[in-house]
Amino acid sequence: MSINNELVTVNFGPQHPSMHGVFRMRVTLDGESIVDIEPVFGYLHRGTEKLAEERTYVQIVTLTDRLDYVASMSNNLAYVSAVEKLCDIEVPKRASYIRVIVAELQRIASHLMATGFLLQDLGAFGTPLMYCFREREKILDMFETLCGARITLSYMRPGGVFQDTPDEFWGQLDSFMGTISDQISELESLITGNEIVLSRTRNIGILKPEEVINGSLSGPMLRASRVKWDLRKANPYEVYDELDFDIPIGATGDTFDRYLIRVKEMRESIKIINQCVSLIKPGPVRNEDVPLVIRAPENEAYAAVEGPKGELGFYLVSDGGISPYRCKIRAPSFMNLSLLREMAIGTKVGDLIVNFGSIDIVLGEVDR
Amino acid sequence: MTKIADNQIVIKLLPKDLSEQTYISDKHLYVKPEFIYELCKELQNNPETQYNYLKSISAVDYIEYFEIVYHLDSLINNSSLVLKTKLFGRSKLSVKSVTSLWKGAELQEREIWDLMGIYFEDHPNMKRILLWEGFEGHPLRKDFIK
Amino acid sequence: MSFNQLNKFMGDLLPFLPDSLLFIMSGIFMAAGICTTLIGIGSVYTWFERRVLAKFQSRIGPNRWGPFGLLQPIADAVKLMLKEDIIPRTADKLVFIAAPIIFLATTLMVYSFIPLGEDSQLGGGNVALLFVLGITSINALTVFMAGWASKNKYAILGSIRAVAMLISYEVPMAVSLMGVVMMSESLSLVGITKSQSTIPYILIQPLGAMTFMIAAIAEMSRAPFDMVESESELIGGYITEYAGMKFAAFQLSEFLAPIFTSAFFTVLFLGGDSGFSFIPGIFWFSIKTFIVTCILLWFRSTWPRLRIDQIMGFAWKVLMPAAILNTLLIGLEIVFIGENYLLQIIINFLAASLFIYFIANVLGQKRLVLEKPVPSELANMDANR
Repeated sequence: MSINNELVTVNFGPQHPSMHGVFRMRVTLDGESIVDIEPVFGYLHRGTEKLAEERTYVQIVTLTDRLDYVASMSNNLAYVSAVEKLCDIEVPKRASYIRVIVAELQRIASHLMATGFLLQDLGAFGTPLMYCFREREKILDMFETLCGARITLSYMRPGGVFQDTPDEFWGQLDSFMGTISDQISELESLITGNEIVLSRTRNIGILKPEEVINGSLSGPMLRASRVKWDLRKANPYEVYDELDFDIPIGATGDTFDRYLIRVKEMRESIKIINQCVSLIKPGPVRNEDVPLVIRAPENEAYAAVEGPKGELGFYLVSDGGISPYRCKIRAPSFMNLSLLREMAIGTKVGDLIVNFGSIDIVLGEVDR
Repeated sequence: MTKIADNQIVIKLLPKDLSEQTYISDKHLYVKPEFIYELCKELQNNPETQYNYLKSISAVDYIEYFEIVYHLDSLINNSSLVLKTKLFGRSKLSVKSVTSLWKGAELQEREIWDLMGIYFEDHPNMKRILLWEGFEGHPLRKDFIK
Repeated sequence: MSFNQLNKFMGDLLPFLPDSLLFIMSGIFMAAGICTTLIGIGSVYTWFERRVLAKFQSRIGPNRWGPFGLLQPIADAVKLMLKEDIIPRTADKLVFIAAPIIFLATTLMVYSFIPLGEDSQLGGGNVALLFVLGITSINALTVFMAGWASKNKYAILGSIRAVAMLISYEVPMAVSLMGVVMMSESLSLVGITKSQSTIPYILIQPLGAMTFMIAAIAEMSRAPFDMVESESELIGGYITEYAGMKFAAFQLSEFLAPIFTSAFFTVLFLGGDSGFSFIPGIFWFSIKTFIVTCILLWFRSTWPRLRIDQIMGFAWKVLMPAAILNTLLIGLEIVFIGENYLLQIIINFLAASLFIYFIANVLGQKRLVLEKPVPSELANMDANR
């Protein structure tokens, strides 16, 4: 007697509780095992690159907020670095320090989101997620003090930042830095040694170093697979070359390593912020020579920063006008999806969700 | 710091049949579109260059021609290279895909086909990615009117 | 008030009616009473569970409607009743409608045998234990009915998971109760309660109690065994297509299940209504049930979900040997040791610890040893320093 199997095609998304937005995967299942998977993109496509061709250089800052909307500071930073490279603009020292502080705060916020939602995908009933959100909320409060917005910040400008930090900001930062280390430890004590988390995430979705480099992955995905590569060290921008921090890497490249890398990076970010706070000195925060309507020389520039999700790059081409001729965004979330098939095929449905959660994508950036 | 590769040196490192197909124009390294795959393969495997990481592929519409820009990175030597190729004409543009060299090119090439209308030969899944099948036109082109 | 008392009271009140009619009438009154009470308790429990979960998660929880949000269940019920009752066009209508009714009915039915106070019991039941085990296994059927009738891929996947899991966990659960039955020499829940008047069985049979607890959590399909619904994977499993009152029926039975499990656990392992001093038995029973419920909530809020193969493996590789070991030990102890409880406690706790240690070392992830990562040679970011 033979048992005939019929393959089932199931749509995961665009409306699905753990699709992190409107991502859609067309999954072919043999029982619980995944035979084939086809990602479907584009449900949040807004044509950011085309819109950028019609706006002035300063106006585009607001468009970048809406890419990776859980880490808009990093997007701002990547974009303004590209403009500064294109037009050769100097940034005052204080502005650089402020940029590094807010970018690292944003990294902590983004990694908290990633960790919380990974655990949510694992089926933990909201508890780790809420712990993460509690801390993220404090960061958002700080951003509110800083620039009045919480999510879409638009804090940076070519040549500096929008305004100097208010005095309350430093108080808030102090109290936040006093507790965040303990809070991360608390979160880790809930997750890191947990038998169920370990059995669900260890040796799941292993990516080899050759594969991740070949697949153009970046950020924690790259570093979890033993590739020690971080733009903050490899190609230091702002003031990162003056700061002392480590680049944590994973041991095997599985889902657990991708979680652990994020936790370790949060701790490194804390180190960086503490150093910046002690090094920052009063001074101007904006290059006054930069006009409101920038007319860039006929040139092109590619600048990238190490965002929370990976290498976020902007490739700007200028024809001498007041808006870029072409603005290409190298979106890390989008690129990190290129190995989704390799990770998913042959695993179970539960693993697919966990693997997908560990990539940590934001749809605003994937579809742009 | 990431070293920005000197285009002259890169050309010298290439074998003769490939270096004849490359030229430097306006400080950028250009290659004839028919040889992009061979050149990328050489740059990836040559022990002197080892550009093992594809940062991004972009396409730029200059009205009379299209430019495809490859941002390559060597994680081993920490150096970067910008490689360009020009495609003349407005329709039936195609160039050989580098997906078999870098898996990371797959999604980006699909995106360029979708938004710029440049077809990549030998791509495993050359379909529209962000827009739906049946969408007319390629919106990132300068002559696209909604 | 027990059924017999009610029957007698009805006879005194309406002496002109025949006995059979009185019997039926008091049965109906009894059933209505139980259902109303339980649905009331279930609604309050939804509020309680949401508030306690919120506390675990450093949130506030429902607090708007009524004092401490106590009226929230009413608002929820009204909202669910007013919702449009959707039946998918391709669904098998009869089965689709029947599933939530059977599900709720079975959940309510099992309560009729729980001995709440000292002598009050809602039904007779010399074989109440078997009855309860039998009724709870109907769950697997109803879940499959719901999933299959919905004609939804998520629902079918969820119900296939449910059948596989519920049937597997049925076995260790039943075997883990063997020890209790052997010691109390009774299948009736009243008898089991009475036999624990000196010492609750959780002390004598720690392994059995543990096995039963875990298997019961799986039977209710709550975290960490909630892959039947597994919101983050299958959206809702078998309840994906349900809306309105049918959904409410599923939700209500799901909220009643932990209360029942706690009550059942209290009867089997915590000595039911036995306590000390003049405080009535029903109080002791309630407080024990409450504590077990809180422990279940604690589990739910802490642990993530296991994968399907891990869940099935756990049932057969861990729980089944544990249940058999427990049965074996208790049987041997009854024959050779008799009533020496202290010795039994020592032996059984030792055996339980050894078993857990052994299983953890053989099947577990062992202790988390983080390997020292070796950087790959494919990247060197200090190359041009």
